[in-house]
Amino acid sequence: MQRYILKRLLALIPVLIGVTILVFLIMQLAPGDPAQIMLGSKATQSNITALRHQLGLDKPLYQQYFIWLGKVLTGDWGRSIQLRRAVLPLVWTRFQATALLTVFAALIAIIFGMFAGIVSATKQYSIWDRLLMFLALVGFCLPVFWLGLIMQIIFGLKLGWLPVSGMHSPGGEGFLDTVPYLILPAVTLSVGSMAEIARMTRSSMLEVIRQDYIKTARAKGLGQRAVIFRHALKNAMIPVVTVVGMQFGYLLAGAVLVEIIFSWPGLGTLMVNGILARDFPLVQGIILFVASVYVLVNLIVDIVYAFLDPRISYS
Amino acid sequence: MSTQMPLENDGVKTGHANDDFAWMEEQTSPWKDAWRRLKKDRVALMGGIVLVCIILLSVAAPLIAPYDPNKVEMAARLLPPGTPGHILGTDQLGRDMLSRLLYGGRISVAVGFIAVGIAMFFGVLIGLLAGFYRGLFDAISMRCMDVLMAFPYVLLAIAIIAALGPGLINAMIAVSIVGIPYYARIVRGTVLSLREREFIEAQRALGASNFRIIFKHILPNALSPIIVAGTLDVGWMIIAAAGMSFLGLGAQPPMAEWGVMLGEGQKLILVAPHISLLPGIAIFLVVLSLNLLGDGLRDALDPRLRQ
Repeated sequence: MQRYILKRLLALIPVLIGVTILVFLIMQLAPGDPAQIMLGSKATQSNITALRHQLGLDKPLYQQYFIWLGKVLTGDWGRSIQLRRAVLPLVWTRFQATALLTVFAALIAIIFGMFAGIVSATKQYSIWDRLLMFLALVGFCLPVFWLGLIMQIIFGLKLGWLPVSGMHSPGGEGFLDTVPYLILPAVTLSVGSMAEIARMTRSSMLEVIRQDYIKTARAKGLGQRAVIFRHALKNAMIPVVTVVGMQFGYLLAGAVLVEIIFSWPGLGTLMVNGILARDFPLVQGIILFVASVYVLVNLIVDIVYAFLDPRISYS
Repeated sequence: MSTQMPLENDGVKTGHANDDFAWMEEQTSPWKDAWRRLKKDRVALMGGIVLVCIILLSVAAPLIAPYDPNKVEMAARLLPPGTPGHILGTDQLGRDMLSRLLYGGRISVAVGFIAVGIAMFFGVLIGLLAGFYRGLFDAISMRCMDVLMAFPYVLLAIAIIAALGPGLINAMIAVSIVGIPYYARIVRGTVLSLREREFIEAQRALGASNFRIIFKHILPNALSPIIVAGTLDVGWMIIAAAGMSFLGLGAQPPMAEWGVMLGEGQKLILVAPHISLLPGIAIFLVVLSLNLLGDGLRDALDPRLRQ
């Protein structure tokens, strides 16, 4: 198992190098001269040339990449042009808000998605099965940004149950103060993943409960609950874990749209404002950060998967 | 001369041996089998019909839309749905919502199909070449695909737009680039399993060129998973492109595009919710119909069900 983890860690290195190259190249493709953008429209040519030299923009591309990579590895992710602050601490602070939203949404999606999937599978072809799977299909097809608006109208504005924007009440702080603000964006973000997890859990459960060892468990007189939770669920979870892992990426990226709708102060709002203001060091930092987190989450999923399924070869 | 096959009373065919083979061939054509199965799947058919209706309405927008989608009429601002003359109401500039929805469909649906077309073209090409030739091209292209897949989809699309600049075409290019690795992976996997099969060996022995083997013999056998993935992907790309427009990174106002309309209506959600709700319903309907059709196609084309 340790060898497997080590192997997976080593396999990460080329992917992460590729990610840095791609992020670097994407920002090189961006129109406009960063020095010109930093200095504004009134800058003289000599000032621009001096800044280009200072930033190393007059060097060949591959040298620029290695200089940039060196800085990234030592924690110097550049400065935001628009906000005039170091990128990494800014990204880290905002990431905490995004992570809170994503993890909360993932929990909602996993708990309710799996529950719906188990109910559907154990009551196959019943009215519950049909209703839940219809809802899952609807949830799967709903554009998240539209669903967010509907949630705001119904639960925020018409019923007045929950706040519709921001992360804290005026002057408030702490997790408990955040919870009411978290519910609507997290539920909105979770719906697509919940639908996917419900569908996957259902099909995986159906496959497992048809197997002989489940029949044996029933034959020896075990109750439905024991059969489902003690015997079927563990094996049915194996494909579900993969889907859950994939959903983290979807949730991290989907958070961009949800954050904009609910004015949630996470990376999404920061990134879209950065793109519109052509604040490339900031955008580059956010993309690199989120992609790295995504790669790490996938690694963790792979390892959890290997723990769950002994058939996976560790060699 | 071949004769019409006589049918015995019990329905068993008899007759010339060649005709018998022709009959068997007709019965076992995988595409015909799939079509027959799809025709029986009412839900998938319904999805297909709704989709065709939406496409027809969008294509016919210039003929059936009651107004110019960009015609501003300040005297008729924010009319609710059901108003005579403006059956789906008007927006904040008095533009007719029905006309904007119809014209918006032209853009949103076309963007979805074109983006999938681009992703499919490059993905299939890379997958075919990587799987068939293996070696250095396979190694390099698949590592590139790994890197693309190391990004969450929407994030990569946003990153590409950040580089290319906001706009409808750039948003379409961005979402299609994001889709390329999925097709490349699917096709490469299929090609790897096909290239060692006897019928490909036979083609090689007959002296067929690589080009002919790839496009005439391997590609048709790899089509079913591509068609299913493509159908399901169009919906995803419509949502992604509309999402980019909603964020201000895709199509720009005053263009009648569903994502733009949704974004514009967001600020007026309390006063005139129909401005946001209607394009959302339109996107939902297209994506739902594509999913129903895609699921049906998967069931119809799944070789495991063919037995």
